[in-house]
Amino acid sequence: MSAALFLGGLALGAGGSLAGAALPPRARLPVAAALTSGACIAAAAAAAGVLASGHTVAVRSAEILPLTGVTLSLDPLGAIFVITSAVVGAAASCYAVGYAARGTESRAAAALLPLFITSLLLVPAAASIATFMAAWELMALSSLLLLLTGHRRREARDAATWYAVMTHAGAAAILVALVLIGAHAGGESFAALRAHVGEIPPAERSIAFVLALAGFASKAGAVPLHVWLPRAHPEAPSPVSALMSGAMVNLGIYGIVRTGDGLLRGGELWWWLVVAGLGVASALFGGIHAAASTDLKRLLAYSTVDNIGLILIGVGVSGALAASGHRMLAGLAMIAALFQLINHSAFKGCLFLAAGSVQRAAGTRDLDSLGGLLRRLPATAALFGIGALSICALPPFSGFASEWLLVQSFLRAFSAHSTATSVAVLAGVAALALTGGLTAAAFVKAFGVGFLGQPRTPAAAAAGRVHPAMVGGTALLAVPCLALGVLPGLVMPLLARAAGTALASTAPGPPGPPAPLGSAAGLLGPLGSAAGLRIAGSNDVIEPALLTVALIAALVLAAWLVRVRAVGVRRAEPWGCGRELQTPRMQYTATSFAEPLQRVFADVLRPDRDLDVSHLAESRYFEEAITYHSRTDDAVERGVYRPLTVLVQRWGEVARRAQNGSMHRYLGYGFAALVVMLMLLA
Amino acid sequence: MNASLPVSIAVSVLQVGAAILGGPLLYGLMAKVRARAEGRAGAPIRQPLLDLRKLLVKERIHAATSSAVLPLAPLILAATTAVAIAIAPLISTAPALRSGADVLVVVFLLLAGSVAVALAGLDAGTAFGGMGASRAMTIGALAEPALLVAVIALSLQARTSNLPGIVTATLAHPQWVATPERLLALLALLVVVIAETGRIPVDNPSTHLELTMIHEAMVLEYAGPELALVTLAGMMRLWLLLSLVANLFFPWGIAQTAGAAHLAAGLVALGAKTAAIAGVIAVLEVSMAKLRLFRVPEILSGAFVLAVLAVVTGLVMP
Repeated sequence: MSAALFLGGLALGAGGSLAGAALPPRARLPVAAALTSGACIAAAAAAAGVLASGHTVAVRSAEILPLTGVTLSLDPLGAIFVITSAVVGAAASCYAVGYAARGTESRAAAALLPLFITSLLLVPAAASIATFMAAWELMALSSLLLLLTGHRRREARDAATWYAVMTHAGAAAILVALVLIGAHAGGESFAALRAHVGEIPPAERSIAFVLALAGFASKAGAVPLHVWLPRAHPEAPSPVSALMSGAMVNLGIYGIVRTGDGLLRGGELWWWLVVAGLGVASALFGGIHAAASTDLKRLLAYSTVDNIGLILIGVGVSGALAASGHRMLAGLAMIAALFQLINHSAFKGCLFLAAGSVQRAAGTRDLDSLGGLLRRLPATAALFGIGALSICALPPFSGFASEWLLVQSFLRAFSAHSTATSVAVLAGVAALALTGGLTAAAFVKAFGVGFLGQPRTPAAAAAGRVHPAMVGGTALLAVPCLALGVLPGLVMPLLARAAGTALASTAPGPPGPPAPLGSAAGLLGPLGSAAGLRIAGSNDVIEPALLTVALIAALVLAAWLVRVRAVGVRRAEPWGCGRELQTPRMQYTATSFAEPLQRVFADVLRPDRDLDVSHLAESRYFEEAITYHSRTDDAVERGVYRPLTVLVQRWGEVARRAQNGSMHRYLGYGFAALVVMLMLLA
Repeated sequence: MNASLPVSIAVSVLQVGAAILGGPLLYGLMAKVRARAEGRAGAPIRQPLLDLRKLLVKERIHAATSSAVLPLAPLILAATTAVAIAIAPLISTAPALRSGADVLVVVFLLLAGSVAVALAGLDAGTAFGGMGASRAMTIGALAEPALLVAVIALSLQARTSNLPGIVTATLAHPQWVATPERLLALLALLVVVIAETGRIPVDNPSTHLELTMIHEAMVLEYAGPELALVTLAGMMRLWLLLSLVANLFFPWGIAQTAGAAHLAAGLVALGAKTAAIAGVIAVLEVSMAKLRLFRVPEILSGAFVLAVLAVVTGLVMP
């Protein structure tokens, strides 16, 4: 039943892609969107069935891919990722109808979006090396081509180059890792890989893990492999940005969990400390850059790096605990990481879609030229606000519940009494605390400068209407931000089952037969049902539903207190220190808002600042013009990747000198090679 | 501990009521101590209450350029503060919703209030509002981690992150109060409290010069009842933070049953403890100058390091 539903979903997605390619322009988008939404609903239903029953659904077909065939297997861990991709996918395809309503969307884009969404549904279900790599490449190529639909802009072309190089280097690393693991197994299915992992020498296993980690972490956008992300996510069309940040980066995490905990059975402690270390670096780097960014979508992209960091810390702590035999605690950390992941998908998807509406309506995503959009785009502003409150982890929104769970799992990880793990957890706690404040600053800036105040440019003042389909798509993702915040207990049994599957084959020490994890659901006590979350065997509880009721009651009382004795509302000019006339140019911009934090974190951001003052010819005391120029490049890009590209270029020049096109020289090379070979063989 | 729901709600209402009166009185007391230390007579201690009453009956004035956020922000600030006060163990260890009174809930409720006010600062589109919001969020972004790690250090020691649980555990283990991790966390928390409540040396609540303002700059557009609500909520936050510091590090006197006599004793004890801390802070305020804005991150990162050290000490010293 579930298998048929899932395959039907994939077929609908393919149908959506065909419809996008074949139908006339007017019908193209609605039909493709309807089919893609259907695909998402079917796949999500199949995945929900898997999660509810706990049974894995497997399909094998020898016909679809030549030589290897296709092996699909949807287990509870994959199901969580399928559902997340499906929800973001449905929202994005609905949004895309409105986004492209002006008829600017090409046939290629209409065909590629369903393909991208289908590949996002396919990757978590792939259960053999060939199927996985095919689905992975389908995802990489379709998203790369979607990014290139903006090829007329230089930034989009640059971003596509970065993305293409990073994603293919990553795919190569993953392929080598999987082949290394597969070399000792009889087959290429994940089940065979898992069964024979014990025969791999430890050193080789570690090499395989490090390669897989590099590949998957580059897809997830972990520092220092993140450089493509703050370029590609902002430059992609907004539905694609939402899919990249809300669903695609998740699959990087999925790969790390699937390979490290699943195929390699947990492995060694240091692997997971590396993962947690990557997480800490990403969380801090992303958080600081998000607080300093003034481009709305770039800010969101860096905030993705930050959140991926938090998830990686959770995954790393979970792996470290599993490797030292604390399986219950490992389960709790994994549940927290997965909860943060699904919440991040919802609020970041919502924020990217809302940012896309802003870009469409006002023609820019530069916060310094926006302002006052609350009045022009009230629905989009409200939806962006919900996403922002959620990402700032303010109760009762969803981000709070998952951050609480992460902190709880970290607090308990200290009781493992392993020095190395404790250091990693301590770094994780510090990173989580630091990014909490930075995220609040970043999103107060994004919402306050973008939607409040006065329009800073005529374009912002004349921001047009937002297509209802765009509002609808965004709203679809705002629902989980509220629902999972008020009733976080609803998804806990599902997440516990997924975490149980993720850790099922991990075992401390040398890999042997998988030890039972115990009931992962047992970690969350009686309140884990709906009203709140309780960590079993402790007093640590949150009750967001009751808290919401109390907050609403307090709001009503406060509103009454303001109105009870007051005599009407009068509108007056705002205070300008005695100045009568105030212009929108006097407002704080995003750059000025972020300036103090930019100064505090100057060592990380290394901003480039230029101040040119030219004086009047008559007198040095009067200025003629002041130009201020400030840009913040990615320090990792500047410090690591620029030298690397220079090196590659040098190598290319050397190689070019050797290959000058002269036939005689090539014959000479051939002769020399032959002589050397003969000498070696002799 | 196991008070029935109506009783625990009554305890919560008592706590909020105490904060509504106690916050302004604490403010008045600090102003009085400062005035005396500076050789002035100063206004009566109940002056802030009189000011609030006056503001409540005035006309509501909104900036012409503002949106719905401006009137909404004081409500959110007051509501989050009141809920945090209602669920925290201040007078009694058994207020309503005590099982869900996690330290993180209180920390993030306070953050929600700060975010609301910062957004209100940006709403009217004036230079001063934005300036205040930017500065407040910068300081908040650095104070928040120190606060979070400090309470995590306390949670680790008490083996629970439930606030009433930490207080009861401290009552059961009085020797904890003198442990190094507690003292380090206390120092970190005190710095955070000074930063979060906008006292000298971080901010000057009685400044009238816009360019030096932080909190005041954000709320320049408020008048009448809304200004009253913002001011009252700020004073209640001061009360809450000082009470929490008092009860986390010196919980004796807090009511552990719902009996009227115990609650009265708890109220008196809380008033005395917060007044003592407020007096100390006021004396400190008189004796130092306000720091330059860009020196503030240094003391806040110092507080963060202290809080991290508190966690480390707790882990290393069993």
